[in-house]
Amino acid sequence: MDSVTASLEVSGLAFAYPDGHQALFGVDFSIARGERVALLGPNGAGKTTLVLHLNGILSGGTGTVKVAGLPVGRQHMAEIRRKVGIVFQDPDDQLFMPTVREDVAFGPAAAGLKGPELEERVRTALERVGMAEFTDRPPHHLSFGQRRRVAVATVLAMEPEILVLDEPSSNLDPASRRELADILRSLDVTVLMVTHDLPYALELCPRALILSDGTIAADGKTAELLADDELMRGHRLELPFGFDPRSVPVPEVRP
Amino acid sequence: MHVPDGFINAPISVATGAVAVAAVAVSLRGARRELDERTAPLAGLVAAFIFAVQMLNFPVAAGTSGHLLGGALAAILVGPYTGVLCVSVVLLMQGILFADGGLTALGVNITDMAVVTTVVAYAVFRGLVRILPRGRRSITVSSFVAALLSVPAAALAFTLLYWIGGTTDVSIGKVATAMVGVHILIGIGEAAITALTVGAVVAVRPDLVYGARGLQQKLKLRVNGELVDVPDAQPVTAPAAARSHRKVWVAGLVTSLLLAGFVSFYASANPDGLEKVASDKGIDARTEEHATADSPLADYGVKDVDDARLSGGLAGVLGVGVTVVAGTGVFWAVRRRRGTEDVSPARTSSV
Amino acid sequence: MGAGHAHRLYRHGHSPVHALPPHTKLAATFAFVVVVVSTPREAMWAFGLYAVLLAGVACAARVPAGFLLKRLLIEVPFVAFAVLMPFVAEGERVEVLGMSLSVSGLWGAWNVLAKGTLGVTASVLLASTTELRELLLGLQRLKLPPLLVQIASFMIRYGDVIADEMRRMRIARESRGFEARGVKHWGVLAKSAGALFIRSYERGERVHLAMVSRGYAGSMPVIDEVTASRAQWSQALTLPFAALVVCLLGWTL
Repeated sequence: MDSVTASLEVSGLAFAYPDGHQALFGVDFSIARGERVALLGPNGAGKTTLVLHLNGILSGGTGTVKVAGLPVGRQHMAEIRRKVGIVFQDPDDQLFMPTVREDVAFGPAAAGLKGPELEERVRTALERVGMAEFTDRPPHHLSFGQRRRVAVATVLAMEPEILVLDEPSSNLDPASRRELADILRSLDVTVLMVTHDLPYALELCPRALILSDGTIAADGKTAELLADDELMRGHRLELPFGFDPRSVPVPEVRP
Repeated sequence: MHVPDGFINAPISVATGAVAVAAVAVSLRGARRELDERTAPLAGLVAAFIFAVQMLNFPVAAGTSGHLLGGALAAILVGPYTGVLCVSVVLLMQGILFADGGLTALGVNITDMAVVTTVVAYAVFRGLVRILPRGRRSITVSSFVAALLSVPAAALAFTLLYWIGGTTDVSIGKVATAMVGVHILIGIGEAAITALTVGAVVAVRPDLVYGARGLQQKLKLRVNGELVDVPDAQPVTAPAAARSHRKVWVAGLVTSLLLAGFVSFYASANPDGLEKVASDKGIDARTEEHATADSPLADYGVKDVDDARLSGGLAGVLGVGVTVVAGTGVFWAVRRRRGTEDVSPARTSSV
Repeated sequence: MGAGHAHRLYRHGHSPVHALPPHTKLAATFAFVVVVVSTPREAMWAFGLYAVLLAGVACAARVPAGFLLKRLLIEVPFVAFAVLMPFVAEGERVEVLGMSLSVSGLWGAWNVLAKGTLGVTASVLLASTTELRELLLGLQRLKLPPLLVQIASFMIRYGDVIADEMRRMRIARESRGFEARGVKHWGVLAKSAGALFIRSYERGERVHLAMVSRGYAGSMPVIDEVTASRAQWSQALTLPFAALVVCLLGWTL
């Protein structure tokens, strides 16, 4: 993988929280532009800690994170935060403005966009997630699935280099789950999807990483990793009842 | 203890306004070091907490009203500078939104409830933490005592302000007795809530308690299965800050001296309106004899203070005095903190 | 969550007062209170005129009298103090209805009551015609240091979070059969304070991280530019100017 075209490059990342709890013990991986990668791992594996390193909210341990070749650090923070769009697990945490429009406009406005250009950004972002007609509604009046889509739009409006989704399918009913998958497939950005939802990972991401005990334990084709029973058991990953990854047609790899 | 409009005379209101502005300015500079991205919302939460706590008002006989103050909690959780800012924000928003505390009395209220409580509480807290053995229990005990003392201290400060600038000549003895008496009781409640909150936070998220930063262990990272020390490079950013802090402190002192001096000049050149009218109408029969007496201080009874010149002069003295105390307290605290930072790695090995 | 876009003090409406830009209203309120406070307390009629001015504003803002009066209850502790003043103050005394009252105490009580009440009314009018978010924008526009505005906005957001968490904890307590009755249970409630603090913090922390991730760096980005025209400024400043005239008359008459 050529490092020049890599959207995200993490090397030797280790980190402990100020209260002494250590979450990462040296993480290495890299994601090429346009790839869709799933980051799998049991609870407490350090997934959220890793995500918070990607845009420099956490720092101070060892190792480096590079986004499109740019090292994450104080001097490029604004640029990094524009390039890395994180969709958090709970849309209620992500949506804090009084209307959908203002919420989606928050990121680009913080980056200095104004007037018609800003409106255009907001409109396209909402269209991409199919929420254009909800512009002036307060977010807390929307359904959970709609709120998650707006949360994705708030990040898309910043035109990120890489989209990081934390548990995108949690609490979604099957229909909303499928709608979100369709939206994610239609986007042409690099995606890192952090999830427990193994079928969803298989459906959307050709490649997967397993994060366990603060290090990358496996990196390969999602279908192959999920079919490796020993590997899965070793890292407390369990497929839902009755689901067999070998019986599912592997989605063709689309660049 | 929120002072309404028209309660304290104009010179004192302006003087305390100057003190408040200086204190907030100094705190704004200092807070940049205390606050980082992850603790900024903590400051907001502390402010919200204090807001809620201050809504519980008990009427006090000859004072205005009494309630929990929250300055100690703020100083211990987010640090003294940010603590001053938090309480000031609370007072500002209470004035605007709830009309609790007059807008023109904002200076009085900030000086009394934000600066005095925070500085007293933090000084006591730091002193105790230094004496007591290191540990979570000491943090909780120190918070209790700091909060307990900070409330009567604010009551005293209020009494002092009232003595110099009150628009009604209620006997200072009565005010002091009522204010301090009631506020010792309130101090006990404040101490309990502060200690419980700080104790709970220290137990679960010690990284959130500013006053407990000395407790943190030196970090170890395990890279490739082996224990490796964190490189020593990053935490020490002190030297540059030290110089700028001293500068800020001196600048703050000079500014408040100038402002206070200006105010006292203004006050003595133009006797306060209310007093002028009062004396024209012969309502207050004040004596001027002390000006020529051998020992002026001996004559400074309570009621004499509505002499415009004296009250103006005292306003200046008080303003500068409070600023010096506040500035020194904060400065001392900063130095203490730096001291513990330097010492802590060595000490942790013995823990 | 949609926090912070409406508060209980705010009274929704579309009056000319509601429509004024927030910073002009803040400036006008502040100027008005300063003028009121610097009026001599002997000019009783001036305070009456101020009250008429405020009544005019309340009328224009379509804020009903009952609403205003209810909000004025905040003043009760000061009223209690003011009522006591004539009894405890020193100096010359007069006989009223068989009670010996201090003259300076009476003046002091009148002073605090009149000025305090006018100040409270002005603030209540401001809060009931201006949304919280607008107020913060107004403070930002009036060049309040951004750090203070930031703390204030977090404070308001956390106000909702705390209320929300308190409700959840109460439900959790009550569904396990606990009910706060009397002093005996205060200990439990006090202990919940610490837990409440951490829960609220961690919830707010997640919101904050989401904001930071979208480029928030201490001040809310301006999405809809609010500017005040000259006409709006002069409209807002009518109140303090009228008050100033009254005040000057109070000094000269």
